[in-house]
Amino acid sequence: MAKYSTNEFRGGLKIMIDNDPCTIVENEFVKPGKGQAFNRVKIRNLITGRVIDRTYKSGESVEAADVVDADMQYLYSDGSEWVFMNPESYEQVTAGEAALGDAVKWLKEQDVCVVTTWNGNPISVVPPNHVTLKVTQSDPGVRGDTSSGGSKPATLETGAVIRVPLFVEEGDLLKVDTRTGEYVSRAKE
Amino acid sequence: MSAEWGGDLSLPPLAMLQRRATLLADIRAFFSGEAVLEVETPLMGPAPASDLALSPLITRYEGPGGNQDYFLQSSPEYAMKRLLCAGSGSIYQLSKAFRNGESGRFHSPEFTLLEWYRTGFDYRALMDEVSDFLVQTAGMPVARLISYQHAFESAVGVEPHAASAACLLEAAKDLGLDVPVSVESDRDALLDFLLTQRVESSLPTGVPVLLFDYPVSQAALAKIRPGDPPVAERFELYFNGIELANGYSELTDAAEYRRRFEADNVRRLAAGVVQVPLDEALLTALETGLPTCAGVALGVDRLLMAMSGAGSLTEVAMLTCSLSRGGRIG
Repeated sequence: MAKYSTNEFRGGLKIMIDNDPCTIVENEFVKPGKGQAFNRVKIRNLITGRVIDRTYKSGESVEAADVVDADMQYLYSDGSEWVFMNPESYEQVTAGEAALGDAVKWLKEQDVCVVTTWNGNPISVVPPNHVTLKVTQSDPGVRGDTSSGGSKPATLETGAVIRVPLFVEEGDLLKVDTRTGEYVSRAKE
Repeated sequence: MSAEWGGDLSLPPLAMLQRRATLLADIRAFFSGEAVLEVETPLMGPAPASDLALSPLITRYEGPGGNQDYFLQSSPEYAMKRLLCAGSGSIYQLSKAFRNGESGRFHSPEFTLLEWYRTGFDYRALMDEVSDFLVQTAGMPVARLISYQHAFESAVGVEPHAASAACLLEAAKDLGLDVPVSVESDRDALLDFLLTQRVESSLPTGVPVLLFDYPVSQAALAKIRPGDPPVAERFELYFNGIELANGYSELTDAAEYRRRFEADNVRRLAAGVVQVPLDEALLTALETGLPTCAGVALGVDRLLMAMSGAGSLTEVAMLTCSLSRGGRIG
């Protein structure tokens, strides 16, 4: 099993902690002038998303996690599983609901996502920062209605509901920021 | 000097270079005023520091006189003590120091060290002088003195001189700290763990703090004062929780020096760390007699960081090792 010494620690390094794959977020070298050196690290658990603090005696080794990020095209879903394909190798992987998380709200067939696999199995999916989706339902805006702040809800083809300006109509294509879940602009086909 | 400064983002700002130049001039003015002699000693030495926690950078000479490995000095302590034995009186040195395996926001394998020795001083008198030095060269307020024991008891709730490893481990776990398994039964490593995880950050800020009277197991080359508990007459200077200097009442007994060096080598062996040759030139000089004195080594780059509020050594010094760029990554 591959191992990393604390000397190799850096942001983004994938290591195993308590049997879960984790990524190093922050690494600080701490040492009293005449004393023991430590690496104080912040680590994000890639399964739970939780960030924890860990301290290692400098020079210790930690088991590496076989975690790979790859750009993959979303192909289709049967509602319980989502299938992605590596556009270079044509290799396909199937992700479950847990790995999808919030990404499910933004997934449109053929969009390229970052799929993180651990030992070959998808553990997380990050959609493109911006996606273009069609409005499937939105009530007409009421001109002069200031109580809603000049916006109204709209349901998109993926089922996601976002706030949009009053001029948006059913059938419009919208550019949406998936990181914030906010409307960016109207888009052309 | 070029009218334009910049382009190379790995360099500190020009204003910081000017600030460093002013600090170095102020340091020299301080010691000139105290009639302390500036000296230069070799940076390549025949032996490295014996401390378990110090790892030497090694360089190789090849040429007339024969080929030989030399150790880049982690501090000029051994060479300066030979000058003291020879009768130099009080001396100071501004030089580069080298430490292998140390790189981070506050660490660089190569850094600038100010080291000075005062004959006739004990560590108390030297702590007073360190405080004066900071007032005059760095514009800091007068230093506060806090004993290692008091700081430890306040921050950790344990008396550090007598506490067993098991007791320190329990205290760390009670504080919710994640203790590396490999240090669980190592008393000194646990003390260092608690110091860096809890004590340092509990110290007063905005004022220099002199932490004094260290555990005898961490005496290095400090005099040990008998008592209950016995303590090492050693101090560390902190500013905003960052260690700036280490000093002590210097051990003067030549036989005790040899005993401590050999004890360090025993600890090195036990820890699986390479043993080091002893500095026989120093041990011979010590037999002629080291005058009563106290000495301190102060990191000039970190002092500059403290004075300017910099968050990383790269902001104040030109560094080779890119890892020193910092811990905040990702």
